[in-house]
Amino acid sequence: MTIYYSEDHEWLNVEGDIGILGITAHAAEQLGEVVFVEQKDVDDDFEQGDEIGVIESVKAASEIFAPVDCEVIEINEDLEGNPGKLNESPESDGWIYKLKISDPTQLENLMDEAAYKELIG
Amino acid sequence: MSPESISKRTPLYDLHVELGGKMVDFAGWEMPVQYPMGIMGEHNQCREAAAVFDVSHMGQVELHGVNVAAALETLVPASIVPLADGRARYTFFTNEQGGIMDDLIVANAGDHLFVVVNASMRDQDIGHMRDNLIGVEVVELTDRALVAVQGPKAVDVVGALCPAVVDLKFMETVVADIMGASCRISRLGYTGEDGYEVSMPESRAVEITRAFLDHPDCAPAGLGARDSLRLEAGLCLYGNDIDNDTSPIEAQLNWAIQKRRREEGGFPGAARIQQELADGPSRKLVGIKPDGRAPARAHVEVQTLDGRHVGEITSGGFGATVGAPVAMGYVSASAAEVGTKVNLIIRGKAQPATITALPFVQQNYKR
Repeated sequence: MTIYYSEDHEWLNVEGDIGILGITAHAAEQLGEVVFVEQKDVDDDFEQGDEIGVIESVKAASEIFAPVDCEVIEINEDLEGNPGKLNESPESDGWIYKLKISDPTQLENLMDEAAYKELIG
Repeated sequence: MSPESISKRTPLYDLHVELGGKMVDFAGWEMPVQYPMGIMGEHNQCREAAAVFDVSHMGQVELHGVNVAAALETLVPASIVPLADGRARYTFFTNEQGGIMDDLIVANAGDHLFVVVNASMRDQDIGHMRDNLIGVEVVELTDRALVAVQGPKAVDVVGALCPAVVDLKFMETVVADIMGASCRISRLGYTGEDGYEVSMPESRAVEITRAFLDHPDCAPAGLGARDSLRLEAGLCLYGNDIDNDTSPIEAQLNWAIQKRRREEGGFPGAARIQQELADGPSRKLVGIKPDGRAPARAHVEVQTLDGRHVGEITSGGFGATVGAPVAMGYVSASAAEVGTKVNLIIRGKAQPATITALPFVQQNYKR
């Protein structure tokens, strides 16, 4: 199990070719209180950099991007009734998708925790 | 960086930073968008108790002159001449096309008029008044802070320091001392709640604001909460919901044009405004409530159920008191009736919504 981070302030917890995707605590803090999460459907396929959903906070709408080529295999349905989970526990219960990673070599382009911490200062 | 691009700071800037305010640029001013409590918490604080907002970026102007009220009536469609001493009124500068140049509050301060205009428009408005109010001295107050205390407990917060304000009614204004400083205190605001706006000497602003905040029912709130509060209260934001292209009749501000002015005209754009009063406007500003959970923000297109373009959202977001997304925008008169079902095109997808009466929450003014 390895946790990767993207420049879009997402985390991807990878085990084999399966990754769980969410936004970082830093991102959640910046967004403010989340009021709605628009999620894609299970079985949808995406390429790295595609928009795969939108997080609406009290301030603004922010896109979620696919950190790698992937297929959505599960969505966190709790977020529909309780979008505030993204603020309460963005790096655990506030996960957004479970993804099947199409090309694991793309993980090399993501950051580890130390590099991400440096990014956010 | 040119000097013009450096944000201005209000006398309360250091206090905002000390209180953990997240500072953003707003109309050229560095203002707190929120504090650690968060926008929703601050919104609820104002609805349920009392919140303090720094509105010192707004322009405070005194108009002096013999026939100052009659002069101002040449620029605004409200009735100012009969406004009693100690009374304030909402109005707007109209342009020759009947659009709105800015909205403002005018108070009869006895020997002069006291005017408050939007931060983003203060230079325009002051120039406009200086150019057009013949024989009137236009004095911009640059040494006064303006602090709004809003919410059902605002009367306790301000009243504890100044008992004279307890008996003021909505849209009344008085000069009274707070902690020995001479303040102009007006019972009004822009949140839909009871409350006050206090114009105070900038040299005492931190001390007086701290005294408001020392009250157990009071907490600071930023621009984020101010926006969601005014949106739920159905109050227009200049630049979003009203501008040079929208008429006050389209914006459903008919109530702010008193009978004599409707009949006599005598303000810029009167022809269009009188015609729209007679025939009805072709589009109207309405409340729009998304049926789902996705907020609809400014510039989202409004369509009929069969896909015809009928308008656009001008303000939208999450209404913390309503507990759901709320919005307002202009739609064709044919689609403006309360209860009309429409579609909002959010990120390319049609989301159902319903035309709704404004305000979304009951206004709690002390009449």
